[in-house]
Amino acid sequence: MSGINYIYPDFEVVRRDERCIRCRVCERQCANEVHRFDPERDMLISDESKCVNCQRCVSLCPTRALKIVRSDCRLRENANWDGDTIREIYKQAASGGVLLSSMGNPKPLPVYWDKLLINASQVTNPSIDPLREPMETRVFLGKKPEKLTRDENGKLRTDLTPQLELSLPVMFSAMSYGSISYNAHASLARAATELGTYYNTGEGGLHEDFYRYGPHTIVQVASGRFGVHEDFLEAGAAIEIKMGQGAKPGIGGHLPGAKVGPDVSRTRMIPEGSDAISPAPHHDIYSIEDLRQLVWSLKEATEHRKPVIVKVAAVHNIAAIASGIARSGADIIAIDGFRGGTGAAPTRIRDHVGIPIELALASVDQRLRDEGIRNNVSLVVGGSIRSSADVVKAVALGADACYIATAAVLALGCHLCRTCQTGKCNWGIATQQPELARRLNPDIGAERLTNLMTAWKREIMELMGGMGINSIEALRGNRLMLRGVGLNDAELRILGISHAGE
Amino acid sequence: MRLLEGEFRNPSGCAISAVISRNGERMSGEKIIESMKPMHERSNGLGGGFAGYGIYPEYKDLFALHIFFSGTKAREECEAYLRGALELVKAEVIPTRTIPAITDEPLIWRYFATPLRSVLASMQVDENEYIARVVMHINITIEGAYVFSSGKNMGVFKAVGYPEDVGVFYRLEEYEAYSWTAHGRYPTNTPGWWGGAHPFALLDWTVVHNGEISSYDANRRCIEMYGYKCTLQTDTEVITYIADYLLRKQGLSLEEAAGVIAAPFWDTIARRPEAERRELEYLRTVFPSLLITGPFSIILGFTGGLMALNDRLKLRSMVTAEKGDRVYIASEEAAIRAMEPGAEHIYAPAGGEPVIVRVREGCSL
Amino acid sequence: MKRVYVNEEWCLGCHLCEYNCAFANSGESDMVKALKGKTLYPRIHVEGDEQITYAVSCRHCADPLCVRSCISGALHLEEGAVCISRDKCVGCLTCVLVCPYGAIAPGPDGAALKCELCLSNGRGEPACAAGCPNRAIVYEERGEESR
Repeated sequence: MSGINYIYPDFEVVRRDERCIRCRVCERQCANEVHRFDPERDMLISDESKCVNCQRCVSLCPTRALKIVRSDCRLRENANWDGDTIREIYKQAASGGVLLSSMGNPKPLPVYWDKLLINASQVTNPSIDPLREPMETRVFLGKKPEKLTRDENGKLRTDLTPQLELSLPVMFSAMSYGSISYNAHASLARAATELGTYYNTGEGGLHEDFYRYGPHTIVQVASGRFGVHEDFLEAGAAIEIKMGQGAKPGIGGHLPGAKVGPDVSRTRMIPEGSDAISPAPHHDIYSIEDLRQLVWSLKEATEHRKPVIVKVAAVHNIAAIASGIARSGADIIAIDGFRGGTGAAPTRIRDHVGIPIELALASVDQRLRDEGIRNNVSLVVGGSIRSSADVVKAVALGADACYIATAAVLALGCHLCRTCQTGKCNWGIATQQPELARRLNPDIGAERLTNLMTAWKREIMELMGGMGINSIEALRGNRLMLRGVGLNDAELRILGISHAGE
Repeated sequence: MRLLEGEFRNPSGCAISAVISRNGERMSGEKIIESMKPMHERSNGLGGGFAGYGIYPEYKDLFALHIFFSGTKAREECEAYLRGALELVKAEVIPTRTIPAITDEPLIWRYFATPLRSVLASMQVDENEYIARVVMHINITIEGAYVFSSGKNMGVFKAVGYPEDVGVFYRLEEYEAYSWTAHGRYPTNTPGWWGGAHPFALLDWTVVHNGEISSYDANRRCIEMYGYKCTLQTDTEVITYIADYLLRKQGLSLEEAAGVIAAPFWDTIARRPEAERRELEYLRTVFPSLLITGPFSIILGFTGGLMALNDRLKLRSMVTAEKGDRVYIASEEAAIRAMEPGAEHIYAPAGGEPVIVRVREGCSL
Repeated sequence: MKRVYVNEEWCLGCHLCEYNCAFANSGESDMVKALKGKTLYPRIHVEGDEQITYAVSCRHCADPLCVRSCISGALHLEEGAVCISRDKCVGCLTCVLVCPYGAIAPGPDGAALKCELCLSNGRGEPACAAGCPNRAIVYEERGEESR
């Protein structure tokens, strides 16, 4: 390709030849075929145009001979027309197509987590040392009764509508088998079981091998209904209705046919090689009363033994939407912010639709309290929860628990190259090619996920202890534990917090 | 700008003390005042107060509203509202003594009143709920008026000052109660305000509290869903509302309420017998946001009894003792000795262990 | 005793084990200096085809044919591990012939080279297992019956 359609590669492969021992690991490990050994010259050569900067070669090069750097071949500087914008125009002028990308919104929009600061005890009450004192992070998700009842002997009736019990306020959010590999799913399922939390099937059905992890599985019903059948609904601990996703509010999932091999085909109940394109809306839900019917249908189908989660993207009117969901019979509302990840989304939608999860969470929690229905539902938030500090801030704003997915795939090896949609994930995560999927050993994957969550749990305990709180429920909605920095009055009002120093 | 009490969160360290006669025998306020003297250092002169139960036998079927007014205008506005809301039987200034230690007092009045039956019937609420709403209405909407006591046959007396002076100021030796609680305040922010002193009361619930809870805003934002409004931003206020909600509105027993407020740790619950375990799990699961964490020792007063409770880590001191039919509770043993030098069975309740004392059945309250 | 085991399911065919092995036994502290421009003499070899790959190295048999057939007494057992005194090896390559796993090969000097579990090269644990990026090679105790 040359002429008007030629775009200089984004990245350059820097190989320090004095270090290269010609082991050819880079060549063998790059599914994009960037590296090639030339026996005549006895050297490795690179085709940078194929490089996505996934860092697989860098990570495996035994002599640290490689690095990938951003190309300095730039267009003339222009604060309005930046290089990416111009190149997207070149691409669309050449192809006539919608731009696709993956993972979460990379734009420099405000990250409110980073503008929230956490409190600690000084003098007037003691901090608590989690190494020496009990520190509780257990959470129950589900509807709580408004009024207690007693039996004829005056004993409390202790039967509750079904609840999910989490050992820490974090779950792995929806990623379908199809968008991610069998081994990625195995890692998530095993880690969730080991940790005492849950992972989510996403809209891809549940592989028959994973039914045994059912007590720690949330099964998802989305607009395409892929893989949904009676056993599937029965298999999980909870059922999630996916109305929307933070990375692409307003549209459905899209799994390219190339990723639909025999196993994915059987699990999704669709023909091999066919594109799995979910409708934008649920075609049986055009309004809130329709949602109510689906919630109750799923409850009836599972004899009211499983809580139902309704997942929505954070959009402008989220507080009213959440209020409607809370009255629809749903037990849990999951809200996904505009930084949420995805395996494939139209770039414009990913980058321009939806609102930040921090603001959505704060306004939903407050609205549900204003209406006195906060205990009708639990609130789970996702869409770029990046650390234990984000979890603590989310809980203090009012979340019962968080969903993580990008952080989880990072733990599995993802280097955020944002090319999941190609299906050639060198880390064995977002791929269905057996030789690539093999690169993720679930023994390692499950262990790393467990390590990450264990580390977060310890940090959550440290932060809680610093605040003098020894149970996560005393942190939930405890907004006095937060202060804002560099936020304007509207932001502070929506977040329901004071500015630092106040 | 200097903020007034209620406009900012005002945590306090404190001294608490209480006595109850299990035979329902009346005691004057002198002893409870004595008990606060050895704990002088636990207060800083920015708040002291007392609650006495059984002090208004001649009006025991009427709600006794104790109200602070910033001036005559507030009183007139409030009284106009009260006349529309309640049947007022008696209105009077609460007698006080002028002493150098207590200054800047507001107008302090009490009203003996009862809701109109017809109003209760049309609103479909009982008299307690109605009075609670009246109190909330005055405290939220009538500027300069603050109801600080609203139960039957009981009353709260509080002021800015050291508690032993507050007792003298209110002439507590002239009142006879079968149970008394007392509080000395050490607010971490000035200014202390008369309404912000303890005990905090709603209906016949009174709370004296020592500590600074870390769960405050989680508790506040939860309880405000149920019609309460935390106007003072103090721990004691939110604890009182939680007690009212759990005990009166949800009908929990004192022990069950303690299992919510100072819930045992999950691993403690797991070791309890099956029936108890299920109940405790249920309470923690249903009322997660009413768990109180951080240091507290509280004495909850109510008609016919007292409940003392520490946070589950016991981060604040609190001891109990007995002598004859009397039970004593205080931050320090010295306070108990000041009331009863021969007190026996000195005991430090474990964290989260409620100590509940009731006047024997059949005794006149 | 701990041995090197291979899980072919997770082998990526990256051949890093061969390089880590050769480096570990090179006596050098720098991989580039040890291996750059040199012929590799690893004691582990990746075998396989497009579908499947796996690494092969000495299994440290309880009753090793190589030790039995060694004509010079160079091959011997040390606490269960099959080791070689290379100064005694005469280069007859009988061991190469008898090893049913193909785990022994001649070195550059003609004497046999084989895996000694990195017991004597100062690594502490087999470099192939330590460096395997996907835990396809593990060094662990599995009990004698599971061999």
